Amino acid sequence: MHELSIAQNVIETVKQHIAEEDLWRVGSITMRIGELGGVMTDSLEFCYGALTADTPLSTSSLRIERVPFQIECLECHRSSLNERGFAVCPFCGSGNTKILSGDELHIIAIELNEAAETNI
Amino acid sequence: MSVLTIERKVLKKNDEIARRNRELFRQNKVFVVNLVSSPGSGKTSLLEKTLERLRGRVRVAVVEGDVQTDLDAKRVARFNVPVVQIVTNGGCHLEAQLVEDAVATMDLSGIQLLVIENVGNLVCPANYDLGEAMKIVVASTTEGDDKPLKYPPMFRNASVLVINKIDLLPYLNCTIAVLKENALRVNPKLTVFETSCRTDAGISQWCDWLEERVGKNA
Repeated sequence: MHELSIAQNVIETVKQHIAEEDLWRVGSITMRIGELGGVMTDSLEFCYGALTADTPLSTSSLRIERVPFQIECLECHRSSLNERGFAVCPFCGSGNTKILSGDELHIIAIELNEAAETNI
Repeated sequence: MSVLTIERKVLKKNDEIARRNRELFRQNKVFVVNLVSSPGSGKTSLLEKTLERLRGRVRVAVVEGDVQTDLDAKRVARFNVPVVQIVTNGGCHLEAQLVEDAVATMDLSGIQLLVIENVGNLVCPANYDLGEAMKIVVASTTEGDDKPLKYPPMFRNASVLVINKIDLLPYLNCTIAVLKENALRVNPKLTVFETSCRTDAGISQWCDWLEERVGKNA
């Protein structure tokens, strides 16, 4: 259940970027999470909801983009996708590969609703 | 509606503290390993064997992480090495901050090797950099040979795999070759050792390698 700790970090990041009085304006928070980053999306959303309930962030939500696991072979220079997280090149069998994507755990953007729209 | 683009790692704060830890370890010339595995794979037993064998050869300190109790710290203290127990009270992994606080209570001068024994968990500790030089994953034969396929992040983020409890192989449906093959598919760069803490098989190879790595760090 490290999703709870990750959700806490998300909230902390939002608070670092958005002034206290504007927190209620936060709409969605876009995150990019690798398919093999070891984070469960459902669990993260649940934890985020639980931690933000009855706070100015209670109406905000996470928008999660999943990123496929992709490697590049440093021998034959071809890239390949692998949903099981294998890092061996499927073309030439080399283990000399580089991970291009799939283990991200990033916050990309914070969407703010206009003050006038919601503050009626 | 406006959008603020920030593009940053969620665990940036942890990574910053980990960087601080790494700098402290570098200044003190301490080689640091983060020992990870599922519960019951034999991390503490392997550590005991390692402390026994490296006694007089390498000056070691230990940080123990557990959800509850100081049982492991007591086991390790018998070897007369500095040890700090972190009790996470439910937390499923160690974070860099906990290690920073633990290490602040230790005298690192003269220490050559610091072993951080993480909470037994094959999922969560994979995401948290503690400032270590490398993660060492212990996989025991009783867990089966499919674990690297089921929990790839941990095996991908480790540099070394220790396959423990090899004395039990005759009684299990676990094949070392398959376990190794699975681990190397996920992480072709893994260095692999095979050990038994009951028969001492493979312990000297593992300890010699570790001592050599500590030597390179000096």
